[in-house]
Amino acid sequence: MTEALNVQTSPSLPAFKTVGLTKVYETEAGDVHALRGVDVELFQHEIVVMLGPSGSGKSTFLNILGGLDRPTSGHVFFKNDELTGFDDRSLTNFRRNHVGFVFQFYNLIPSLTARENVELVTEISADPLDPADALALVGMEHRLDHFPAELSGGEQQRVAVARAVAKRPDVLLCDEPTGALDSKTGVSVLEAIEQVNQELSTTTVLITHNAGIASMADRTISFADGQIHSIVANPHKTRARELIW
Amino acid sequence: MVKGLNSLDRKLVRDLWHIRGQVVAIAFVIACGVATVVMALGTLHSLQETRDAYYERYHFAHVFASVKRAPLSLQNDISDIPGVARAETRIVHGVVLDIDGMEEPARGMLVSLPHSPGIHLNELILLRGRLPNPAEPDEVVVHEAFVNAHQFELGDSFSANMNERRRELRIVGVALSPEHIYVIGPGDLVPDNRRYGIFWMGRKALEAAFNLKGAFNEVSLTLTPDASEAAVISDLDRLIDPYGGIGAIGRDDQVSYAFLKSEMDQQATIASVMPPIFLGVAAFLLNLVISRLVQTEREQIGLLKAFGYANSAVGAHYLKFVSLIVLIGVLIGWLLGVWLGRGMTILYAEFFRFPFLYYIIKPSVFAIGALVSIAAATLGTLVAVGKAAKLPPAVAMTPPPPTSYRGSFAERLGVSLSLTQPTRMIIRHIFRWPMRAFLTVVGISFAGALLVVTLFFLDSLDEMTNIFFFESERQDMAISLTDIRADRAILEARQLPGVLRSEGLRHVSVRLRHGPLVERTSVTGIDRSSDLKRLLNVDKREVSIPPRGLMLTDKLANLLDVSEGDNLQVEFLEGRRPVVNVPVTRIVKQYIGMAAYMDRSALNRILKEGPVINALNLQTESTSEGALFEALKETPSMLGLMSKKSALQSFYDIVRRNIDTTIIAYIAFASVISVGVIYNAARISLSERARELASLRVLGFTKGEVAYILAGELALLTWAALPLSAFFGYQLSAFMVAQFDTDLFRLPFYIHPSTYGYSAIVVMVSAFVSGAIVVRRVANLDLISVLKTRE
Repeated sequence: MTEALNVQTSPSLPAFKTVGLTKVYETEAGDVHALRGVDVELFQHEIVVMLGPSGSGKSTFLNILGGLDRPTSGHVFFKNDELTGFDDRSLTNFRRNHVGFVFQFYNLIPSLTARENVELVTEISADPLDPADALALVGMEHRLDHFPAELSGGEQQRVAVARAVAKRPDVLLCDEPTGALDSKTGVSVLEAIEQVNQELSTTTVLITHNAGIASMADRTISFADGQIHSIVANPHKTRARELIW
Repeated sequence: MVKGLNSLDRKLVRDLWHIRGQVVAIAFVIACGVATVVMALGTLHSLQETRDAYYERYHFAHVFASVKRAPLSLQNDISDIPGVARAETRIVHGVVLDIDGMEEPARGMLVSLPHSPGIHLNELILLRGRLPNPAEPDEVVVHEAFVNAHQFELGDSFSANMNERRRELRIVGVALSPEHIYVIGPGDLVPDNRRYGIFWMGRKALEAAFNLKGAFNEVSLTLTPDASEAAVISDLDRLIDPYGGIGAIGRDDQVSYAFLKSEMDQQATIASVMPPIFLGVAAFLLNLVISRLVQTEREQIGLLKAFGYANSAVGAHYLKFVSLIVLIGVLIGWLLGVWLGRGMTILYAEFFRFPFLYYIIKPSVFAIGALVSIAAATLGTLVAVGKAAKLPPAVAMTPPPPTSYRGSFAERLGVSLSLTQPTRMIIRHIFRWPMRAFLTVVGISFAGALLVVTLFFLDSLDEMTNIFFFESERQDMAISLTDIRADRAILEARQLPGVLRSEGLRHVSVRLRHGPLVERTSVTGIDRSSDLKRLLNVDKREVSIPPRGLMLTDKLANLLDVSEGDNLQVEFLEGRRPVVNVPVTRIVKQYIGMAAYMDRSALNRILKEGPVINALNLQTESTSEGALFEALKETPSMLGLMSKKSALQSFYDIVRRNIDTTIIAYIAFASVISVGVIYNAARISLSERARELASLRVLGFTKGEVAYILAGELALLTWAALPLSAFFGYQLSAFMVAQFDTDLFRLPFYIHPSTYGYSAIVVMVSAFVSGAIVVRRVANLDLISVLKTRE
């Protein structure tokens, strides 16, 4: 754990910086501390994998980074802006302009085709990719006009990745993107994410239960009990295609 | 509250609570249906019971007949007619009144009271004061409606022109009578209690005033239970014919009875037409909600079955769900119906004068309201509930496959639509469930249609008022005379102050016979040059009087089964009482009544009375109205006076106020339907798409952009419903026109363009309100949970 803290000398600039990030949920059974003072920096262009058992706080952390949730106390900085000072509308704009999300259950709009799901995002972005290019990036160029119901799980998730990156986001946040997929399909999705990271230099944060995925990351952050347990740098990344679990 | 129930019932209560907004919306639609049943049938029964009790307790006669003058000895012959239980004679005469502080003359009907105390026909209910003292010929008992309109006190007096003699009559009593539940002057269209009243005086006083000593001019009969009214009337007519009888009438033709009956018929129509609309919409809404519920609870249903719950238990569970919503609706409907019915009955009491009012609602009315609603709801949800019951547990426990969408119809045809993705989502969602979208559109359009038909009544009434008062009856004053006068009277009338034009008319009571069919009515003789009174058909085109023969309204022609060219036997009931065959030379479609017209000179030729009139139409200058009224007060031969200004005023005061109240109620009902339909549609759309919409929020769509998808769908469906609601409203109005086609009048089928506009506005406002309620929830979408959960 102590050695992990040395990694702060990374050559890249921070995309995110959090200071004393705390999140407390008030429930009838008493307060639940989801985050207990998290201080961390995430650098531009890197792939970060976040590991940890259920309830360790990693999803809460991701949601706060993505502007979906607010901390109880502490600060989040995105580049030069303090997200924690944003109102609702500014957070929406933040998501709209800078963040791409990939969900465990894809969350595609069933009434729109693959291409239209991507267009959904490109229509509201300033400088988007061409939807067809975005889909080609994830290897879905041959299924542009299929509706979600006509696609397999892996294909749906790749469309979701294309949709997330089509706006050329600064950060790509993925919460268990392979959680609902078998390993082969999962790898195809991770390849897509890796491809995007390389070609668009998008800062990528990826939550998973699967420690095997960590070897494709620049750094691995482990959560436990609402705190960062360790941060491990990985100078020798494995290609996603070579992952096995 | 939830304790003490089994777990399935606890689920039921919680599910209901969970969708309480929708439950309330549906319950209110059901409540409106139930309320209309309870209100209309309750009012109908209350009026019926009150009327029947009143008639029985105060011995309302069955048959009435007027004569010019008949000797008292005739009464015994009348009593001997088989089937007559009791016969009573009396003196009835019109009177012109001069009331202090009232510019125009008032009119009234004087009715003699029996000499002896005891039980009599058409008995008075003395509310205050006493009966006239036989020794005081100027004492009078006055109908309560007139007393109230003038705020008279006992002891007040007013002046009356009785047979050319001016008399001061003193009020000694205030009364009601079963004969005059509905008080309306001859020739009037609506009651006007200030200008027309009923007055009872001692018989001796009236005998003396009208030279009818030892005689009578009206007879009333009650019949034995087994008697035939038609037979008695024909026997009676034979007896009174020589004395100037103008034909006996049964209760059906008695003015007060007929108006009361027509009002009751209207209530019956409302009770049969309105509730099906509400209940149909409610059934649809329940179907919508239950189908959706079954869809989302598939896994729970599968689980229940896996635990060993029988199909019937699952079916019963959802039926119970429906029944509880219906029950809530029925309870609200009962209360609302009782409240509205009471209000309605009280409103009626203002124009129907009852000494007491039974407001009773038969238990069967409540039962009908409840049963019809439950039947409609069960029918509406049968399919959905059956689906839940039959769902195999294994299938039920796997989540439904993702909804498969297709491009919309136009897209498949190759039409490239340059739409944004959210707009595309709206359109595909609608086309994904076309039946549901269609039914939603139909539901909304019913609400609009209900508004159209409600407002149509106002349009129709306005149109009728316009046609009648401004295009057909263009005179400022219509005067009916007690007796015939030579044509000279037309010229004399023109000499009266402020009269610009005067025209004469001749009304004669007749019996028209065509084979076995007989109708008692009157023939109006009109001059072919008549300009103040114009005969119009339903197209508002003027119809000229044929120089010979009879012109009939189509109603009358239908009743007598005659067409143009047929001969009718006309039995005149006045004057020399000739019986002649007259050809029907023209049949005309009119809005009001069953009338027969002839050229006045042709009529007078048949009657062999020379050129005479018994009614006058005047065109006057409003500036000299006062002087004219003063002159008319001195005209005892005036039986009736209808001033257009006051007729219109009382029309608006009484009729419109009554109708306006009803219309407000129906506008409220229609709004409930539109809110019910739209709110439910929106709510279901929201719950189906919560995940989708939340995903969009996560992707960076603003609340407004996401709300657009929900609101846009509603707006599109509402917009599609508007023309349909105009169409349904039009059809429903046409249906109503057919329903209200009574002997007394028919409704003009006229819908003002603004009616469609107002209906559309109310529907759009309802849509906006329910849309706003639902869209507000978009703000509360849980963005985090959608990342994790599936459905």
